[in-house]
Amino acid sequence: MKLVYFAWVRERIGRETETVALPQEVETVADLLAWLKGRGDGYAAALEYPEVIRVAVDREHVEHEAKLPADGEVALFPPMTGG
Amino acid sequence: MAEHCQPLVRVEANDFDIAAEIDRLTAGRQDVGAVVTFTGRCRDEGGRLAALELEHYPGMAEAEIGRIADEAAERWPLTGLTVIHRFGKLRPGENIVLVVAASTHRKAALEAADFLMDFLKSRAPFWKKEHPAGGEDGRWVEAKAQDEEALGRWGKV
Repeated sequence: MKLVYFAWVRERIGRETETVALPQEVETVADLLAWLKGRGDGYAAALEYPEVIRVAVDREHVEHEAKLPADGEVALFPPMTGG
Repeated sequence: MAEHCQPLVRVEANDFDIAAEIDRLTAGRQDVGAVVTFTGRCRDEGGRLAALELEHYPGMAEAEIGRIADEAAERWPLTGLTVIHRFGKLRPGENIVLVVAASTHRKAALEAADFLMDFLKSRAPFWKKEHPAGGEDGRWVEAKAQDEEALGRWGKV
């Protein structure tokens, strides 16, 4: 699974992208956020309040309850401030 | 119902030419009775701001703006629709975003432009970082609850 990060999520985690092998019990977006949070201080800082994190799967917004695809690109980012 | 117009979406670092974009939707046409443009610009926040840095998610930014623009083209009888969003470091006075909506009658163009901007703010994957004039570290702009609430008035999308 390819993960990409943007804005302060990227800064706190300290990287733009990484490829991870997810344990089988990580099935949903919420599971992924909880799993990532335990991977180190940067992740814990970025995902302290997982409910505010927005997630896209293959470049489309998804809810935290959504099932993760077997493979693909999952993006984590803060609420958007464009326009 | 007539066919929907095909929106033009661009995400780029370069500035845009508003007159040229209006011309693109009106040149040689006699059916366009209204053209609405909205330009979002970088403001200096009373002298406090030196620059705004716009980060975006390449690929998704274009795709998401395209989805929002398609929705607008389905909802309103537009003859043309263009959305351009810039990224990178922008200084006060520079353009950030342009929406050009054209229609036969004004209401469709006005409403579509308003709709586009509401959804761009909360759905298009862009993030603004403010760089203060004093040279301090940049600070990410926080999303406003009212931006999210503004979507409610357009019903289900």
